[in-house]
Amino acid sequence: MFGYYLDLAWRSLRRTPVLTALMVIAIGLGIGASMTMLTVLHVMTDDPLPGRSAHLYTPRIDPLPLAYKQGDDSPDPADNLTWPDAMALLKAHRATRQAAMAGGSLMVRPARAGLQPFNANGRYATADFFAMFGVPFEQGQGWSAADDEARAHVVVLGSALARKLFGDAGGLGRTVRLEDNDYRVVGIAGDWAPKPMFYADATGSQYSDDDQFFLPLSVAVDLDLSVNGNNSGWGRDEANSKTNASTSWLQFWMQLDTPAQVAAYRQFLVDYSAQQKALGRFERPPTNARLYSLMGWLAHENLVPNDVRLQLWLALGFLLVCMVNIVALLLAKFLRRSGEISVRRALGAQRRDIFLQLGVESAVIGVAGGVLGLAIAQLGLWSVRQRPDDYAQLAQMDVPMLLGTFVLAIVASVLAGLLPALRVCRVAPALQLKAL
Amino acid sequence: MHFRHILSALGRHRIAVGLLVLEIAFSCAVVCNALFLIGDRLERMQRPSGVDEAHVVELFIGSVTPGSADAVMAQTRTDLAALQAIPGVASASVINQTLFGNSLSSSGVSLSDAAKAPSIPVTQYMGDARLAGTLGLKLAAGQWFKPDEFVTREQLISGSPGLPVIITKAVAEHLFPGQPAVGKTIYAFGANRVVGVLDRLVQPRDSGPAAYYGYAMMFPVNLPYTEGAYVIRVKDASQREAVIQGALRALKASGPMRLITPKYAFTLESQRDKYYRNDRAMAWLLVGVCLLLLVVTAVGIVGLTSFWVAQRRRQIGIRRAIGATRGDILRYFQAENFLIATLGIVLGMVLTYGINLLLMRHYELGRLPGYYLPLGALVLWVLGQLAVLGPALRAAAVPPVVATRSV
Repeated sequence: MFGYYLDLAWRSLRRTPVLTALMVIAIGLGIGASMTMLTVLHVMTDDPLPGRSAHLYTPRIDPLPLAYKQGDDSPDPADNLTWPDAMALLKAHRATRQAAMAGGSLMVRPARAGLQPFNANGRYATADFFAMFGVPFEQGQGWSAADDEARAHVVVLGSALARKLFGDAGGLGRTVRLEDNDYRVVGIAGDWAPKPMFYADATGSQYSDDDQFFLPLSVAVDLDLSVNGNNSGWGRDEANSKTNASTSWLQFWMQLDTPAQVAAYRQFLVDYSAQQKALGRFERPPTNARLYSLMGWLAHENLVPNDVRLQLWLALGFLLVCMVNIVALLLAKFLRRSGEISVRRALGAQRRDIFLQLGVESAVIGVAGGVLGLAIAQLGLWSVRQRPDDYAQLAQMDVPMLLGTFVLAIVASVLAGLLPALRVCRVAPALQLKAL
Repeated sequence: MHFRHILSALGRHRIAVGLLVLEIAFSCAVVCNALFLIGDRLERMQRPSGVDEAHVVELFIGSVTPGSADAVMAQTRTDLAALQAIPGVASASVINQTLFGNSLSSSGVSLSDAAKAPSIPVTQYMGDARLAGTLGLKLAAGQWFKPDEFVTREQLISGSPGLPVIITKAVAEHLFPGQPAVGKTIYAFGANRVVGVLDRLVQPRDSGPAAYYGYAMMFPVNLPYTEGAYVIRVKDASQREAVIQGALRALKASGPMRLITPKYAFTLESQRDKYYRNDRAMAWLLVGVCLLLLVVTAVGIVGLTSFWVAQRRRQIGIRRAIGATRGDILRYFQAENFLIATLGIVLGMVLTYGINLLLMRHYELGRLPGYYLPLGALVLWVLGQLAVLGPALRAAAVPPVVATRSV
């Protein structure tokens, strides 16, 4: 029966090519616009580290004084940790793995002739960073906790920077000069750039940046290297140094494997805050302490810009208008065939059959609209990639979104066909046949 | 016109009419709000900065080998002299932060030094004696800094007392409403005496509420080039590219190896362009969506009216046979469309208002000004009439003889 309905639909659509084309174009435009924006939203809220993200957590403890007033637009200092807090969490070793980190930009001074000095972004981190995040290595490996302790001048290079400095040979064991110090290359990381860069400070461009080098955090503190991002101090008399107790600038991530571990760590954070409050360092309630999962943290950071949300609503509104339009056109089209449908009814077809037949016809329009919508969405995504925004380069469709396009197109067109089909099913065959 | 007849005829197509009304209502609501958003973006993009943007270029230079503060300052003076000597350059200065740049430094400014005094965030520009001229700033009251008022960066950090300040009119009106600001004292870097009031100067980038955009102040500081950028005023706007090239050459020749690349040399106009790129893209996107929406709506009107015309061929023939002119038939369909469009527009106004309320709650957007409503209504009326014209003409062309045939 389905094949027969397909055939009927094809004949019916061919009879009114202009109307059919208009409907396909309308649904194609609506689907294309919606899928463009849904894809953008999808890549922006996607899991940056599939497979590992479920076990990654970040703490938030509130060391701010009671009187501290947060500016409307300024970032929250409590989103980052102070040096003493980060070191306390690190030394407590309550998680399977844990690392403190911060971003920095350093001037690379290549030894190779003909290569000018240039700035590179990188990360200062503690040893567990690589194992915890599963950073792949092309050569060598990360540094050890002992290197952290010894403030060893070692560096892990990103593959792009390694290639730029040392060519294809790789630079394992060679020396790199960053700012005014030499570092021994202990590892060269493979392709690894989670998007968004969830572990970086929230004020940076998390969709376009990547880390080109990794240095031990202890070295960055030792040499007072420059730190990117939200570096907030609230102390009065203390010098604004990296290690003081009232400047927050560090990010902290940990791996917790079981729910019991998570619950225990949550309690540990509250206990730690209570202890600090008892010592007189913290002023706010210890219950302000939080433990965010990776995806929970991204939701908390709210990385999707307002404009993108607005554009998504606009696209969905557009799809709605397109759908209303298609409902009206299908109604006109189906009603025009009242005679034909009455004949089928008189010959014994049930309302259900007619409904199914018209539903198949709507779905055919939906499939055609989906194909057109896919093309339009690709065009839309291409235009998004031309934008200057830092998420622009990510705007690519993956397989689920590709399938989603067709599902949305067919669902939309079948929904649009529902009302007209119901209406036409109610046509009384006798009346129509008399008029023929 | 026989509106009663039209209404009773429409009553037989309640679903189709309802759909058309809905479609027009949605279009009206989206188009009105989109037009408002476009207007909002355009207004934002056209805000003046107070700087003579057409004549200013800027260069960011990175130091590779840091020297002593004195050495860097000496190099800065050498550089400035070299820049001044380039043909086509009117003046050159060092500035701590540039318009539309990435960094923004600001301080809380209040009227007393008490810790709890209410303050407003004001962005601070610092630069040498030529800076005001380089940027083409205009004084509204008071005077520029005197040559002996300029301090070095070290003096500034060590807390140079009583630095004079020039504030913008926006700051002056906020702090001293209805009074002359010149001669008064504000508290920014300690106590600062206001010596001048600028007509206008804005923050490097938007930060905080829109009212803050015009909150700026200037301090007389001779900065080293490592603390900001070189800004150059050209005599003739057409020479900007040539001056940039000349400046890059001059700077390379005038000092040790530094990061001097065309990548970090811009005209201020290109920086403004870059800064508002997203707003422009959004405005164009909205224009595109509006146009598409109107096209889709028109398609719906054409489609449904064509159906009605086909359905009513016989009735039209009868009307023609009993004396209706072509004009009557044409006007019938036009009036019908006008009625449907009006219903849609009325519903659309309510929707427009609702969407605007939503936008106001979730995005920093004001109330939709009333004049967008008649504008949207007019657009949809005209669109409806244009869309209905084709099918209506086809209806008018139905010959009276149709009445005598059984279809």
